[in-house]
Amino acid sequence: MIRLPLVLFFSAALFSIGVYGVLARRNAVLVLMSIELMLNAVNINLVGFSQLWKELTGQVFALFVIAIAAAEVGIGLAIVLLIYRNRETINVNEVNLLKW
Amino acid sequence: MSAQEYAFVVLALVGTIAAVRVVTARNVVRAALYLVVTLASVGACYLVLAAEFVGWVQILIYVGAIVILFLFGLMLTKAPIGREALDNQSRGLAALVGIAILAGLVFLIQKAFTWSDPKVELAQGTSGAVGESIFRSYVLPFEAVSFVLLAALIGAIVLSRKDEPS
Repeated sequence: MIRLPLVLFFSAALFSIGVYGVLARRNAVLVLMSIELMLNAVNINLVGFSQLWKELTGQVFALFVIAIAAAEVGIGLAIVLLIYRNRETINVNEVNLLKW
Repeated sequence: MSAQEYAFVVLALVGTIAAVRVVTARNVVRAALYLVVTLASVGACYLVLAAEFVGWVQILIYVGAIVILFLFGLMLTKAPIGREALDNQSRGLAALVGIAILAGLVFLIQKAFTWSDPKVELAQGTSGAVGESIFRSYVLPFEAVSFVLLAALIGAIVLSRKDEPS
Protein backbone atom coordinates (compact mmCIF):
# COMPACT_ATOMS: atom_id res chain seq x y z
CA MET A 1 0.00 0.00 0.00
CA ILE A 2 1.41 3.36 -1.02
CA ARG A 3 0.03 6.76 -0.15
CA LEU A 4 -1.00 8.57 -3.31
CA PRO A 5 0.61 11.96 -2.44
CA LEU A 6 4.05 10.28 -2.45
CA VAL A 7 3.51 9.24 -6.05
CA LEU A 8 2.22 12.68 -6.98
CA PHE A 9 5.11 14.47 -5.26
CA PHE A 10 7.64 12.37 -7.16
CA SER A 11 5.85 13.16 -10.38
CA ALA A 12 5.72 16.89 -9.57
CA ALA A 13 9.44 16.93 -8.78
CA LEU A 14 10.34 15.21 -12.06
CA PHE A 15 8.06 17.54 -14.01
CA SER A 16 9.51 20.74 -12.58
CA ILE A 17 13.06 19.48 -13.07
CA GLY A 18 12.12 18.81 -16.69
CA VAL A 19 10.72 22.33 -17.06
CA TYR A 20 13.94 23.76 -15.66
CA GLY A 21 15.97 21.66 -18.09
CA VAL A 22 13.94 22.73 -21.11
CA LEU A 23 14.30 26.39 -20.17
CA ALA A 24 17.92 26.37 -19.02
CA ARG A 25 19.64 24.05 -21.45
CA ARG A 26 21.11 25.27 -24.68
CA ASN A 27 22.06 22.00 -26.33
CA ALA A 28 19.11 20.61 -28.30
CA VAL A 29 19.77 16.98 -27.30
CA LEU A 30 19.70 17.97 -23.63
CA VAL A 31 16.41 19.79 -24.21
CA LEU A 32 14.98 16.56 -25.64
CA MET A 33 16.20 14.69 -22.53
CA SER A 34 14.38 17.16 -20.30
CA ILE A 35 11.20 16.62 -22.34
CA GLU A 36 11.58 12.89 -21.62
CA LEU A 37 11.70 13.70 -17.90
CA MET A 38 8.39 15.56 -18.17
CA LEU A 39 6.76 12.71 -20.11
CA ASN A 40 7.90 10.31 -17.40
CA ALA A 41 6.33 12.50 -14.75
CA VAL A 42 3.00 12.30 -16.57
CA ASN A 43 3.34 8.53 -16.85
CA ILE A 44 3.91 8.16 -13.12
CA ASN A 45 0.68 10.04 -12.49
CA LEU A 46 -1.21 7.88 -14.97
CA VAL A 47 0.04 4.64 -13.43
CA GLY A 48 -0.54 5.86 -9.87
CA PHE A 49 -4.14 6.85 -10.49
CA SER A 50 -4.72 3.71 -12.53
CA GLN A 51 -3.67 1.60 -9.54
CA LEU A 52 -5.68 3.79 -7.17
CA TRP A 53 -8.96 3.40 -9.04
CA LYS A 54 -8.31 -0.19 -10.23
CA GLU A 55 -8.92 1.05 -13.74
CA LEU A 56 -6.44 -0.06 -16.37
CA THR A 57 -7.05 2.76 -18.84
CA GLY A 58 -4.30 4.76 -17.16
CA GLN A 59 -1.73 2.05 -17.77
CA VAL A 60 -2.84 1.67 -21.38
CA PHE A 61 -2.40 5.40 -21.88
CA ALA A 62 1.00 5.26 -20.19
CA LEU A 63 2.01 2.69 -22.81
CA PHE A 64 0.71 4.97 -25.56
CA VAL A 65 2.68 7.88 -24.11
CA ILE A 66 5.83 5.73 -24.10
CA ALA A 67 5.29 4.83 -27.77
CA ILE A 68 4.68 8.47 -28.74
CA ALA A 69 7.79 9.47 -26.78
CA ALA A 70 9.85 6.97 -28.77
CA ALA A 71 8.54 8.39 -32.05
CA GLU A 72 9.16 11.94 -30.84
CA VAL A 73 12.77 11.20 -29.89
CA GLY A 74 13.43 9.58 -33.26
CA ILE A 75 12.07 12.53 -35.21
CA GLY A 76 13.62 15.06 -32.84
CA LEU A 77 17.09 13.60 -33.11
CA ALA A 78 16.80 13.39 -36.90
CA ILE A 79 15.92 17.12 -36.98
CA VAL A 80 18.79 17.89 -34.60
CA LEU A 81 21.21 15.96 -36.83
CA LEU A 82 19.96 17.85 -39.88
CA ILE A 83 20.43 21.20 -38.10
CA TYR A 84 23.91 20.15 -37.04
CA ARG A 85 24.79 19.14 -40.58
CA ASN A 86 23.59 22.44 -42.01
CA ARG A 87 24.68 24.90 -39.34
CA GLU A 88 27.46 23.18 -37.37
CA THR A 89 25.68 23.94 -34.11
CA ILE A 90 22.75 22.57 -32.15
CA ASN A 91 22.48 25.41 -29.68
CA VAL A 92 18.81 26.23 -29.64
CA ASN A 93 19.38 29.96 -29.19
CA GLU A 94 21.52 30.18 -32.29
CA VAL A 95 18.90 28.52 -34.46
CA ASN A 96 16.81 31.65 -34.99
CA LEU A 97 16.31 31.83 -38.74
CA LEU A 98 12.52 31.81 -38.40
CA LYS A 99 12.49 34.38 -35.59
CA TRP A 100 10.83 37.62 -36.77
CA MET B 1 4.92 3.37 6.52
CA SER B 2 4.87 0.04 4.82
CA ALA B 3 7.79 -1.66 3.12
CA GLN B 4 6.48 -0.71 -0.31
CA GLU B 5 6.38 2.92 0.74
CA TYR B 6 9.97 2.81 1.92
CA ALA B 7 11.01 1.22 -1.39
CA PHE B 8 9.06 3.80 -3.34
CA VAL B 9 10.52 6.73 -1.41
CA VAL B 10 14.07 5.46 -1.85
CA LEU B 11 13.56 4.91 -5.58
CA ALA B 12 11.89 8.31 -5.96
CA LEU B 13 14.77 10.03 -4.17
CA VAL B 14 17.33 8.28 -6.38
CA GLY B 15 15.33 9.23 -9.47
CA THR B 16 14.92 12.85 -8.40
CA ILE B 17 18.60 13.32 -7.58
CA ALA B 18 19.62 11.72 -10.87
CA ALA B 19 17.12 13.96 -12.71
CA VAL B 20 18.68 17.03 -11.09
CA ARG B 21 22.05 15.79 -12.28
CA VAL B 22 20.61 15.32 -15.80
CA VAL B 23 19.71 18.99 -16.04
CA THR B 24 22.87 20.27 -14.33
CA ALA B 25 25.62 17.96 -15.61
CA ARG B 26 28.44 19.66 -17.47
CA ASN B 27 29.21 16.69 -19.68
CA VAL B 28 26.53 15.61 -22.12
CA VAL B 29 27.40 11.91 -22.00
CA ARG B 30 27.21 12.03 -18.23
CA ALA B 31 23.79 13.66 -18.50
CA ALA B 32 22.64 10.76 -20.69
CA LEU B 33 23.96 8.23 -18.17
CA TYR B 34 22.17 10.01 -15.31
CA LEU B 35 19.06 9.87 -17.48
CA VAL B 36 19.47 6.07 -17.46
CA VAL B 37 19.41 6.11 -13.65
CA THR B 38 16.28 8.30 -13.60
CA LEU B 39 14.41 6.20 -16.15
CA ALA B 40 15.38 2.94 -14.48
CA SER B 41 14.22 4.17 -11.10
CA VAL B 42 10.94 5.33 -12.62
CA GLY B 43 10.58 1.84 -14.07
CA ALA B 44 11.32 0.35 -10.66
CA CYS B 45 8.66 2.66 -9.18
CA TYR B 46 6.16 1.17 -11.63
CA LEU B 47 7.19 -2.27 -10.44
CA VAL B 48 6.69 -1.19 -6.82
CA LEU B 49 3.27 0.15 -7.82
CA ALA B 50 2.57 -3.37 -9.19
CA ALA B 51 2.23 -2.15 -12.77
CA GLU B 52 4.71 -4.72 -13.97
CA PHE B 53 3.94 -4.54 -17.68
CA VAL B 54 4.40 -0.77 -17.85
CA GLY B 55 7.52 -1.13 -15.70
CA TRP B 56 9.22 -3.61 -18.01
CA VAL B 57 8.12 -1.68 -21.11
CA GLN B 58 9.65 1.42 -19.53
CA ILE B 59 12.93 -0.36 -18.91
CA LEU B 60 13.01 -1.98 -22.36
CA ILE B 61 11.97 1.06 -24.42
CA TYR B 62 13.47 3.91 -22.43
CA VAL B 63 16.64 2.44 -21.00
CA GLY B 64 17.16 0.04 -23.89
CA ALA B 65 16.23 2.11 -26.92
CA ILE B 66 15.71 5.81 -26.26
CA VAL B 67 18.90 6.36 -24.26
CA ILE B 68 20.86 4.57 -26.99
CA LEU B 69 19.28 6.95 -29.50
CA PHE B 70 20.33 9.88 -27.31
CA LEU B 71 23.88 8.57 -27.08
CA PHE B 72 24.01 8.23 -30.86
CA GLY B 73 22.69 11.76 -31.21
CA LEU B 74 25.36 13.02 -28.82
CA MET B 75 28.08 11.16 -30.67
CA LEU B 76 27.01 12.48 -34.07
CA THR B 77 26.80 16.09 -32.91
CA LYS B 78 29.98 16.83 -31.08
CA ALA B 79 28.87 18.87 -28.12
CA PRO B 80 31.19 21.10 -26.13
CA ILE B 81 31.83 20.49 -22.45
CA GLY B 82 31.22 23.03 -19.73
CA ARG B 83 28.42 24.88 -18.09
CA GLU B 84 28.55 28.02 -20.21
CA ALA B 85 28.43 26.02 -23.42
CA LEU B 86 25.52 23.81 -22.38
CA ASP B 87 23.32 26.21 -20.44
CA ASN B 88 22.02 29.57 -21.56
CA GLN B 89 22.09 32.85 -19.73
CA SER B 90 18.59 32.74 -18.27
CA ARG B 91 19.36 29.91 -15.88
CA GLY B 92 18.15 31.83 -12.84
CA LEU B 93 14.83 32.60 -14.49
CA ALA B 94 14.47 28.95 -15.49
CA ALA B 95 15.17 27.87 -11.91
CA LEU B 96 12.57 30.36 -10.71
CA VAL B 97 9.94 28.98 -13.09
CA GLY B 98 10.79 25.39 -12.13
CA ILE B 99 10.55 26.11 -8.41
CA ALA B 100 7.29 28.03 -8.91
CA ILE B 101 5.77 25.08 -10.79
CA LEU B 102 6.97 22.67 -8.11
CA ALA B 103 5.56 24.84 -5.34
CA GLY B 104 2.24 25.21 -7.15
CA LEU B 105 1.92 21.50 -7.78
CA VAL B 106 2.86 20.56 -4.21
CA PHE B 107 0.36 23.09 -2.87
CA LEU B 108 -2.42 21.73 -5.09
CA ILE B 109 -1.61 18.10 -4.28
CA GLN B 110 -1.56 18.54 -0.53
CA LYS B 111 -4.74 20.60 -0.80
CA ALA B 112 -6.55 18.04 -2.94
CA PHE B 113 -5.50 14.85 -1.14
CA THR B 114 -5.26 14.35 2.56
CA TRP B 115 -2.07 12.66 3.58
CA SER B 116 -3.57 9.43 4.85
CA ASP B 117 -6.78 8.96 2.93
CA PRO B 118 -6.15 7.79 -0.66
CA LYS B 119 -3.94 4.75 -0.59
CA VAL B 120 -2.95 2.94 -3.72
CA GLU B 121 -3.98 -0.64 -3.14
CA LEU B 122 -1.68 -2.77 -5.19
CA ALA B 123 -3.54 -4.95 -7.63
CA GLN B 124 -1.66 -8.12 -8.39
CA GLY B 125 -0.84 -9.33 -11.87
CA THR B 126 -2.23 -6.64 -14.13
CA SER B 127 -0.39 -7.64 -17.32
CA GLY B 128 -3.10 -9.89 -18.68
CA ALA B 129 -5.80 -7.36 -17.92
CA VAL B 130 -3.75 -4.59 -19.58
CA GLY B 131 -3.39 -6.69 -22.73
CA GLU B 132 -7.10 -7.44 -22.72
CA SER B 133 -7.88 -3.76 -22.28
CA ILE B 134 -5.59 -2.76 -25.17
CA PHE B 135 -6.92 -5.32 -27.60
CA ARG B 136 -10.55 -5.10 -26.55
CA SER B 137 -11.28 -1.43 -25.83
CA TYR B 138 -8.35 0.40 -27.41
CA VAL B 139 -7.66 -1.43 -30.65
CA LEU B 140 -8.11 1.64 -32.82
CA PRO B 141 -5.77 3.90 -30.81
CA PHE B 142 -3.30 1.02 -30.71
CA GLU B 143 -3.30 0.76 -34.50
CA ALA B 144 -3.05 4.53 -34.77
CA VAL B 145 -0.01 4.51 -32.49
CA SER B 146 1.64 1.82 -34.59
CA PHE B 147 0.97 3.91 -37.69
CA VAL B 148 2.47 6.97 -35.97
CA LEU B 149 5.56 4.94 -35.13
CA LEU B 150 5.88 3.79 -38.74
CA ALA B 151 5.49 7.35 -40.00
CA ALA B 152 8.07 8.60 -37.48
CA LEU B 153 10.50 5.89 -38.54
CA ILE B 154 10.18 6.75 -42.23
CA GLY B 155 10.33 10.45 -41.42
CA ALA B 156 13.53 10.03 -39.41
CA ILE B 157 15.15 8.07 -42.24
CA VAL B 158 14.09 10.66 -44.83
CA LEU B 159 15.32 13.54 -42.67
CA SER B 160 18.70 12.10 -41.78
CA ARG B 161 19.54 10.65 -45.21
CA LYS B 162 22.18 12.55 -47.15
CA ASP B 163 20.89 14.12 -50.34
CA GLU B 164 22.22 12.53 -53.50
CA PRO B 165 24.24 14.98 -55.56
CA SER B 166 22.21 14.74 -58.73
